[in-house]
Amino acid sequence: MATQAKAVDSQALRLDLPDENGHFGPYGGRFVAETLMGPLEELRLAYEKYLGDPEFQAELDQDLAHYVGRPSPLYHAERWTRKLGGAQIYLKREDLNHTGAHKVNNTVGQALLATRMGKTRIIGETGAGQHGVATATVAARLGLECVIYMGADDIIRQAPNVYRMRLLGAEVVAVKSGSRTLKDALNEAMRDWVTNVDNTFYIIGTVAGPHPYPAMVRDFQAVIGREARAQMLERTNKLPDVLVACVGGGSNAIGLFHPFLADTEVEMYGVEAAGDGLDTGHHAAPLCAGKPGVLHGNRTYLMEDADGQIIETHSVSAGLDYPGVGPEHAWLKDTGRARYVSVTDQQALQAFHDLTRIEGIIPALESSHALAYVTQLAPTLRPDQSIVVNLSGRGDKDINTVAKLEGLEV
Amino acid sequence: MSRIAGRFAELRATGRKALIPFVTAGDPEPGVTVPLMHALAAAGADILELGVPFSDPMADGPVIQAACERALIHHTSLRNVLEMVREFRTRDADTPVVLMGYLNPIEVMGYETFAHAAAKAGVDGVLTVDLPPEEAHDLVQALQSETLDPIFLLSPTSSGARMDRISAVASGFIYYVSIKGVTGSSQLDVSAVATKVTEIRGHTGLPVGVGFGIRDAEAAAQVAAVADAVVVGSALVSRVPELLATPDRISETLAAVLAEMRAAMDAVPHQAASAG
Repeated sequence: MATQAKAVDSQALRLDLPDENGHFGPYGGRFVAETLMGPLEELRLAYEKYLGDPEFQAELDQDLAHYVGRPSPLYHAERWTRKLGGAQIYLKREDLNHTGAHKVNNTVGQALLATRMGKTRIIGETGAGQHGVATATVAARLGLECVIYMGADDIIRQAPNVYRMRLLGAEVVAVKSGSRTLKDALNEAMRDWVTNVDNTFYIIGTVAGPHPYPAMVRDFQAVIGREARAQMLERTNKLPDVLVACVGGGSNAIGLFHPFLADTEVEMYGVEAAGDGLDTGHHAAPLCAGKPGVLHGNRTYLMEDADGQIIETHSVSAGLDYPGVGPEHAWLKDTGRARYVSVTDQQALQAFHDLTRIEGIIPALESSHALAYVTQLAPTLRPDQSIVVNLSGRGDKDINTVAKLEGLEV
Repeated sequence: MSRIAGRFAELRATGRKALIPFVTAGDPEPGVTVPLMHALAAAGADILELGVPFSDPMADGPVIQAACERALIHHTSLRNVLEMVREFRTRDADTPVVLMGYLNPIEVMGYETFAHAAAKAGVDGVLTVDLPPEEAHDLVQALQSETLDPIFLLSPTSSGARMDRISAVASGFIYYVSIKGVTGSSQLDVSAVATKVTEIRGHTGLPVGVGFGIRDAEAAAQVAAVADAVVVGSALVSRVPELLATPDRISETLAAVLAEMRAAMDAVPHQAASAG
């Protein structure tokens, strides 16, 4: 089985798509001001060099094994499977990683790249704070200066993660422009990068942004899908029938999906945040209800108004509260290789409680969107079929949000 | 010859450098913009740069971000901006107008529809901040078919190869971003700018304008000594917040700031510009 997993590794790491300018069909690319074109090219060259460098990869594997705690388990949720009465449900336990989510897979990789490139300062953006914590964590470990940009409103909503980042030695900068949330934090991080590009490495947390970020973050997150594929073959002697993952920017979903792209019999569902419902306009579902446009350095599906201004999104889950989505998802949607659906805040909250009570696992509100779709999908499948759902993060960070929605003080 | 090329030819003939003020259209309210454009032209602007408001102005510093937010309170759209230019043209047929903004509003309108409407309104050039030449083929074609000048940025990080590539698709003038950073940043190093402008002239025959970080008349005069055009944005727009209660004073106040720059630039005797 080890040899089989190895063969998948090398295939998944090939840079077939995007093309050399970062295009996934009409999506992706590099839509940035001229000042960033040189640094992005420098990053692409460094990334491609180290992608094929055995020493770099060995160091990354060591970090993933002994610092992050990989491979993450693939858990057969038998009790939940029986309750739903359909396909066998397997949870890919990214919630058990160090820092409690899949985000660290990517920050470990990019931080390693930053040190190879001789950068001494790390910046990042964060919405819910998970990527900020994962970035501050690796910066602390490597002794690098770290600045995290976070929307002023998110800083209030996610106070425990702000404190975590500060404990780790990061400076957390409140972004007060625009809608004071994740998209504005990303704008501000880009402004910092363009100003301090000589010594600064920008660790983007999702599979969006200008090339090479969507490809690079995907490749660092693809460890999720490579492991899941090998684990399913080992456990069940066959591939899963369906993959399910939540999609905000889309890094946990692309990490699970990408190593299965060539397995055309495996169906893929990306689950977006329908918020109060797609028909209310208060949601964060650009693939389900948006249009293609250009934001944050790439062409992709966006939430925008008739004038092309980016509109504010809504989701109970701060990590999905983003008006864009990674360009590879836009491409997978258009080609039909993956399907994109949505669930509401209410459905996600129900799934949050279900998994907690039925399996004793408190999922992140982001991951709860994927779980909510599984509750709809599993009963339509046969018991000899299987679903792998990415449990991308743990829900401890969300207990205050959930309690507050239910009128409780924690 | 486009209005922009014509204007640079006139300036060259008289040994003067172009002064290009930037203001955000619709800031702080739509009625201010057209009178302000006329006032800036009267105060010595050679070309006007009009910012198209965008919700996520990634390349702009706090001053222009705030201007975009003020303009968007009134939902100032790309169509509204074109209407402002059309109105401006009823009284000024000569001063070139360049739109500066981000790609998404143009994407939404459609490249050809936009180019046609812009030309009809009297726009002369279009600078799309987040559109490098690698992605610009279709928009450049649409602009050129309406004889609009596609204007591109060069930066301190641009290699010689990129200068060639950009020079091959650009017309009107080259906009050199004088610093690594966003609009309105400080720490302009005039001698570094001079070195880079000289390098750029080795790659293009187009006039070279310099912007980002020119804060006062003194800096404008220093840059005018080495470039063909001086672009000032944040130094003007930063005056708007103090005038929110008296919007009828915005035109005179900003025009006075510009006139001071004009005077400082013209006080320095220039060689005939070396561009062209």
